[in-house]
Amino acid sequence: MAEIRNYTMNFGPQHPAAHGVLRVILEMDGEVIGRCDPHIGLLHRATEKLAESKPFNQSIGYMDRLDYVSMMCNEHAYVLAIEKMLGITPPLRAQYIRVLFDEITRILNHCLWLGAHALDVGAMTVFLYCFREREDLMDCYEAVSGARMHATYYRPGGVYRDLPDQMPRYVPTQRHSKKETEQRNQDRSGSLLDFMEAFTERFPACVDEYETLLSDNRIWKQRTVDIGVIAPERAIALGFTGPMLRGSGIEWDLRKKQPYEVYDQMDFDIPVGTNGDCYDRYLCRVEEMRQSNRIIRQCIQWLRDNPGPVIIDDYKLIPPSRESMKGDMESLIHHFKLFTEGYFVPEGEAYAAIEHPKGEFGIYLISDGANKPYRCKIRAPGFAHLASLHEMCQGHMLADMVAIIGTQDIVFGEIDR
Amino acid sequence: MTTLASLAESVDELLGSALHSKRLDLNELTLEVDSAEIKSACIQLRDAPSCDFRQLTDLCGVDYSAYGLENHESPDKPHLGVVYHLLSLNHNLRIRVRAMLDREQPMIDSVIGIWPCADWFEREAFDLYGIVFRGHPDLRRILTDYGFIGHPFRKDFPLSGHVEMAYDEDKGRVAYRPVTVEDRILVPRTIREDTQTGRRQAETG
Repeated sequence: MAEIRNYTMNFGPQHPAAHGVLRVILEMDGEVIGRCDPHIGLLHRATEKLAESKPFNQSIGYMDRLDYVSMMCNEHAYVLAIEKMLGITPPLRAQYIRVLFDEITRILNHCLWLGAHALDVGAMTVFLYCFREREDLMDCYEAVSGARMHATYYRPGGVYRDLPDQMPRYVPTQRHSKKETEQRNQDRSGSLLDFMEAFTERFPACVDEYETLLSDNRIWKQRTVDIGVIAPERAIALGFTGPMLRGSGIEWDLRKKQPYEVYDQMDFDIPVGTNGDCYDRYLCRVEEMRQSNRIIRQCIQWLRDNPGPVIIDDYKLIPPSRESMKGDMESLIHHFKLFTEGYFVPEGEAYAAIEHPKGEFGIYLISDGANKPYRCKIRAPGFAHLASLHEMCQGHMLADMVAIIGTQDIVFGEIDR
Repeated sequence: MTTLASLAESVDELLGSALHSKRLDLNELTLEVDSAEIKSACIQLRDAPSCDFRQLTDLCGVDYSAYGLENHESPDKPHLGVVYHLLSLNHNLRIRVRAMLDREQPMIDSVIGIWPCADWFEREAFDLYGIVFRGHPDLRRILTDYGFIGHPFRKDFPLSGHVEMAYDEDKGRVAYRPVTVEDRILVPRTIREDTQTGRRQAETG
């Protein structure tokens, strides 16, 4: 009887290492992957089509739900595209707030990525450590927008409201005594900026903790070094962006190369890898967390010193204040028109891209002069990354595919859209 | 060093008859390219030293059949286009290339041999718009369900779709049936003539 060597195996769509709903059809030669064919689309919600049926502002909330671990960055690209077409610039303070929250989002994203990646490869502790820091940052989200994840905080022309003067505090409960609560509220006695500053002071030590667990860990290195190597030229051709491109040694970061908002005022470095393997990409992302921390500190300092408006003063685009609506007929009309009809974006097309935690996240908008986008195409970084899964996995063991999916930082909200 | 303005000047010579028109708007350069010559034009744009667009950041389909119409229900036949967004890392430039397709047979050459990342982008455009990419080795649906019928992002495809999924008592499994939900568009689509020039006025003062 002839020996059968190759066989086909189904991976997912419900597999903890698939980071969501990824189904992969694998052609295996023993334990070595010969061919892999990812089947995506299980989370397809036609966000782009939905955006075409709604006024511009109503789709901001959908953007949060694309890459649901880096919410505000998605919004950012969308509002930048609208602002470009409208020809408006948000006030300086709003730009600093956006940069501040983009970097908070980057840390949020990288913390989840690091925890999940390490968990896939077999290290449980990192996951718990990372979620501890994520909790604080989600509190920042909540303090500023009222929602822990899907914030809908950015608006064309600025941000929805200014940073709160007071950080929400815990109250004693049956499970937490008064003394305990006081301890938990230690950093929360001041404003949101004070809370963030306290966070940035302790965060570098937290990153050190993650690194102690992983960077020189023999098992971690065995699982990531020389796995999924991508040459620089190939990375460009495959459409890689963000840490996937920088891990291969190409210094390309939109925050430096095509600065938007106030990134040109910020002092930070871009980490670059040399080998283009999973370990280098890990090092890049860990260093990015430290750099984000630096940017956050600079933003906090500036925001403390410079109070001011956080959204432009144009009632065609943003609702007037409640008070003025009570006494001023024109404000009332503006409010009514804005919420029943929305605003009109001049005819044309624009592409706005930002340095999302995962890579280049772009929004391509076409407007025909209506109150809704004619076409809204979302360029998701993960889409191009996952498309290369076959190339990165070929010849590797099955277990290495899990490490490669981890290093690509896959989130299905943005890939399936 | 190439700038967007100098590129806009030199691109006529580079692409020759393949270039239908070009437009520099909002600091973005858009090239309208003949769909029959897309492949040679893309090779030029990638390999010419003044262009050097080595990365295809995005490729998407667009249905222009309802463009400028307030009501999206009316179009009889889709009028499709393919939009490519290219990035040059050396010159730090982006351009947009657009090719309009034949209404009867929306077909265009695949650029997968020029930029390998076009693979999934073209599958997506095929899935959502029904654009056929000649020379694509594996043109399957990518985002919609196995066995899906129709191309959902065309303007004549209803927002709520044609079918929905539910548990069928008789068959004893989950099965497709015609949709029971109605399209619920709360805000009508409107176009105002006076707002179309709003941006230009803001720019000039």
